[in-house]
Amino acid sequence: MLDFSIIPGSGGQSPLSAHRGIMADLLQRIAERADPAAFRELYEVYGPRVKAYMIRKGADAGTAEDLAQETLLTVWRKASLYAGDKGSMTTWVFAIARNLRIDRLRREVPWQELPEGRLAEASGEPLPDEAMAEKERKQRVQAALAELPAEQRDVVSLAYIEGLSHSEIAERLDVPLGTVKSRMRIAYQKIRQALENLE
Amino acid sequence: MSITRHPDDSTLMSYAAGSLPGALAAVTAAHLSVCPRCHDEVAMMELLGGTLLSDLPGAAMGRPVPAAPEIEYAPPVGPIAAPAGEVPPPLARLIGHDLDALRWRWISRGLWLRWVPIAGGGKLHLFKGAPGVVVPEHGHHGSELTMVLRGTLADTTGEYGVGDVCDLDESVEHTPIAGAEGCVCVVAQDHSVRWRRLLVRLARPWHGM
Ligand SMILES: [Zn+2]
Repeated sequence: MLDFSIIPGSGGQSPLSAHRGIMADLLQRIAERADPAAFRELYEVYGPRVKAYMIRKGADAGTAEDLAQETLLTVWRKASLYAGDKGSMTTWVFAIARNLRIDRLRREVPWQELPEGRLAEASGEPLPDEAMAEKERKQRVQAALAELPAEQRDVVSLAYIEGLSHSEIAERLDVPLGTVKSRMRIAYQKIRQALENLE
Repeated sequence: MSITRHPDDSTLMSYAAGSLPGALAAVTAAHLSVCPRCHDEVAMMELLGGTLLSDLPGAAMGRPVPAAPEIEYAPPVGPIAAPAGEVPPPLARLIGHDLDALRWRWISRGLWLRWVPIAGGGKLHLFKGAPGVVVPEHGHHGSELTMVLRGTLADTTGEYGVGDVCDLDESVEHTPIAGAEGCVCVVAQDHSVRWRRLLVRLARPWHGM
């Protein structure tokens, strides 16, 4: 039984953008002082979103909330691993939620590492976005997403949020597999450009 | 190892999204373990995932915020040692560290195959080709991801060395040829039907080899 009590972004919940300014500091506060107020903030901002993310992959409301709770407790417990890194906190929340969704809803061992294991062994080349503040990077990605034609934005969302494979997306949209792949490729190039083109 | 051929961005993107079928994800993970370039791309694709998650309309929480548990301060993760063997660590989870210790199934002159069981969709095989051996032309309904573990492989799309990945979708028919030293490759396919047909063909002798 799916939970359809999705709150619209403009509805009874303050939009995430209102929180954005403080989000960058939040993880720092969690990591440095294990600040319980910071945990509450983290939970209130991300809990409903991670729950919705789990529901999209077929979890019932109770399971989805359990998984959202487990995601955020993991973020909290491992905050010290991530502090000091310039990566975004939402990336960290996303990666933990993604792996948990694979582990619990698909009952598979995720192949994806969490960013923590990856930081030290990456190329050493700064990511194009590393010079930017989290807030600005997110705004750029959002702007680039908003500018994508609907057909490109849809395949991205079907892959990330609905968790559909290329073939499943092709079937859902009734287009050839190659079309799905090229739409994703083009969408990514545009998003990447938005992060690279610094003033 | 100098890697020049990478998985398609759409493959990396699905991997970052957590929606790549298991067999393809295993080969992608193997490539990422030796390719800093793709590592960085996936990091950026995860940033996109975080943004999409933030923009998702929330579902109302039914329970109050739990108390924050005691925080644990884990030691920082040090650099992970470069893989010493020829089997990338993610694949070693499935097949062990020694390609020569594997039991291979002889298919035809100069060609051996080994099926690797894997969860999460798709089929995973290893194949070993003697120098110059031609794998018969085949197509596929879904995606096919081939990574070279030893030696070299060439087809109409180019040459592939150790660590390189050949990422094809259903529009490409190809005829891979093992290089002068032969090759061992891992192949993931999204759809098994035509591979099964290939096995049937491989089981018979064929001409032009
Ligand atoms: Zn690569």
